[in-house]
Amino acid sequence: MTDIAVRMTGVVKRFPGVVANDGVEFELRKGEVHALLGENGAGKSTLSNILTGLYRPDEGSIELDGTPVVFNSPKAALDAGIGMVHQHFRLVEPFTVAENVVLGNPETPFVIDTESIVRRVTELAQRYDMAVDPNARIWQLSVGEQQRVEILKVLYRGAQVLILDEPTAVLTPIEANALFKTLRAMTAEGRTVIFISHKLDEVMSVSDRITVLRGGRTVGTVDTSNTNTRDLAAMMVGRSVDFQRVVRNSPARIDDVVLQATNLCGLDDRGRQALHDVCLTVSRGEIVGIAGVAGNGQRELAEVIAGMRQATAGSVTIDGSAVSNGKARSAIAGGIAHVPEDRLHTGLAAGHSVAENMALKSYRSPILSRFGLLKRQVITSQAVDLVDKYDVKTPGTDTPVRLLSGGNVQKVLLAREFSTQPKVLIAASPTRGLDVGAIESVRARLVEAADNGVGVLLISEDLEEILSLADRVAVMYEGHIVAVLPASEATRENVGLLMGGASLEATR
Amino acid sequence: MKSPFRLERRLEQPRWLNWAIPLLSLAAALVVGALVLLITGKNPLDVYQRIFERGFLSVRALTGTLRTATPLAFTGLCAAAAFRLGVINIGGEGQLYVGAIGASLVGLWMGDSYPVGIVIIAMVIFGAFFGGLYATIVGVLRAQFNTNEIITSLMLNYIAAILLNYLIFNSFSYWRDPRTAGFPSGKPLEKRTYWPSYEIAGVGIPFGLILAVAAGVFLWVLYRRSRFGFEVGIIADSPRAARYIGIRTKWTIIVVTAMSGALAGIGGSSQVGDFAHYLDAKGLQLNNFGYTGIVVAALARLNPLGALFVAVLLGGLTNAGYSLQGPDFPSGLVGTLQGLILFTAVAGEILMKYKIRPNRAARKAALAS
Repeated sequence: MTDIAVRMTGVVKRFPGVVANDGVEFELRKGEVHALLGENGAGKSTLSNILTGLYRPDEGSIELDGTPVVFNSPKAALDAGIGMVHQHFRLVEPFTVAENVVLGNPETPFVIDTESIVRRVTELAQRYDMAVDPNARIWQLSVGEQQRVEILKVLYRGAQVLILDEPTAVLTPIEANALFKTLRAMTAEGRTVIFISHKLDEVMSVSDRITVLRGGRTVGTVDTSNTNTRDLAAMMVGRSVDFQRVVRNSPARIDDVVLQATNLCGLDDRGRQALHDVCLTVSRGEIVGIAGVAGNGQRELAEVIAGMRQATAGSVTIDGSAVSNGKARSAIAGGIAHVPEDRLHTGLAAGHSVAENMALKSYRSPILSRFGLLKRQVITSQAVDLVDKYDVKTPGTDTPVRLLSGGNVQKVLLAREFSTQPKVLIAASPTRGLDVGAIESVRARLVEAADNGVGVLLISEDLEEILSLADRVAVMYEGHIVAVLPASEATRENVGLLMGGASLEATR
Repeated sequence: MKSPFRLERRLEQPRWLNWAIPLLSLAAALVVGALVLLITGKNPLDVYQRIFERGFLSVRALTGTLRTATPLAFTGLCAAAAFRLGVINIGGEGQLYVGAIGASLVGLWMGDSYPVGIVIIAMVIFGAFFGGLYATIVGVLRAQFNTNEIITSLMLNYIAAILLNYLIFNSFSYWRDPRTAGFPSGKPLEKRTYWPSYEIAGVGIPFGLILAVAAGVFLWVLYRRSRFGFEVGIIADSPRAARYIGIRTKWTIIVVTAMSGALAGIGGSSQVGDFAHYLDAKGLQLNNFGYTGIVVAALARLNPLGALFVAVLLGGLTNAGYSLQGPDFPSGLVGTLQGLILFTAVAGEILMKYKIRPNRAARKAALAS
């Protein structure tokens, strides 16, 4: 009998164009809460999907209790006692808690004995301190309760190793604390928990050991008692690569404020508050970077400023004049250009032609339409000019945008946004998924825009990108702007800590 | 065993597919229909030849065909208008009934006192208004509450049918003829309110068909050239992109659904003004014009001008079905063919998106074994 529950050695998983896991080493001791820490894209989810049989590794081996195993399906992993609680719940909304728990369980008999199931579910829930009514229907439950159902589901199947993927992302602080208690109760009984997160504080408070991943590799495994958030942040973001700050031709005209957001509040798609009193200014010619781990309110902030999303409080002004709340046309007319993170389906209409997409924001102007009818020839000739000027590689202007490569899709989007001669440009993850050459050209366009006096709000998860381009760096965490630092004071270490929820004082 | 063919996604959709695929769909429907005929012991070639003769090959046949094509053109445009936005309004049937109710109301009311031109225009407008208003129920529910419009529009068809029956059979309404002693019937309109009809080479062209052509051209320009049509296309392609540029999506859904219903409503006006000249509760429900309109729109690939053309084609088929009905020509045959056409037209959409290629690997495997 060994005390190692799971050992993963040299795990490699390649996807077209990326190596998601590149020789990961991971060791799990029985009865511990083991945190898997890393930025988005570090390979945490891929690793857990391999462990739960969703993916098969290209190389490397998995040992369970000292014996090598190969999981061909999530069912095989579950049968071996490894269960996963996904970030996005897989529950049948109109069914009751008890029904969801036994759903898909091969031991469930054809005729369901509801009473005994309810009894067993109640018993399990009480044992681990999870308050949930087995007879309630899923849609009646809060998100926290739904998560408990997910946990009950894997416990009911007898899982000894539980993987929780960013479990606190959807929880309130109180619910998160209740979850931590539950996890403790489970490990006290000898079960093992893998806790995936990028929040430093909670990793420090809940885990026994921490393995940090970066760029698909294991950076290291540390005992929680021997580390601190600062060291973890350094491990998480790395400090090896030195980057160059981009040289600017004309400096930002600080104090010539062009975009001012005051006390913005807003909800996310699920109706939870995603923005808390966000205040922000961008000056002419300035690049303000918004750093933060995805899902901390950046998308909502961009959408509220761009008028795509209603603010529940607060205001946005451009050059001192207010932008109507939740009116994208007002924002566009006010001079806000917006490069959304979802380029192909938000920034563009993928099934429409290059020419039509180039006209997407200006088709109502008298230049492109008259008496409600579009001037197709002008739209085409405008597109021909823009394709030429921005070097878009496309067979023609009537080619649907969905047929273009990622870099060219972004070029179409940038060409259109710059052609509206904006005062403010919101760029959300503008280089994500692009190749090196395209990244360079997109960054050059952003700098050029700032040099021409546009106020640029650069939202990115790529710290290097923000640190090399931004004049000021604002850090978002859980819907708050927790700090705004001038470029000279922003470093990988302190921004990384702030992104993980540390306070500004703690970084000094 | 692997399939000997595989589907390969088309990178581009060549223009000729726009007419080649509907023709292929039609041909495929006829082939499958021929199998059905063979099973029932009939000679398919013989039957098809008779359909063609009775549908298209004489002045009388063509006159009848255009009569049937008129409501189909309207219901086809009704379906095409809404489908283009991605709103699957299958309520053309009910919207046509309600349009007929509106047109006959104003026709009966204004018929003997106002100038003929005014009455006819009022009938068209009231039919459009009633049909449009009825469809607005569907549009508002979809826009505001994201209710499934297929279900609401289908259910409203039944309600419209019940309303129609109530007005003529189950009440002494304004629409019912008080003089009919035996079987209840709609109150006849004044002769002077009858819509005009025109003749080209002996073939009768109802006024409604001219309206339908005008509506088709209008719809074509709207969707091909106008700002509004552009916005409709963006919403259908990418709702998030529509939100991104501030298109009023809800409003557009309501307007387009109302317009769609208005088109079917004018079809109802035409049934009253062109043909029946009273609110014909039985006759309106006999033909399933609304549902056949869905076939028209699908085969026309939602092109308004195409819908006019297809309406004549299916009108001929339906019309031939009426005149050939008898022991050697079962009445269900035309319906079967229409159903097959809808099937193959929808299946044809796959060929718009994919090419069929021989699957070399499978063939090799087959040879090896």
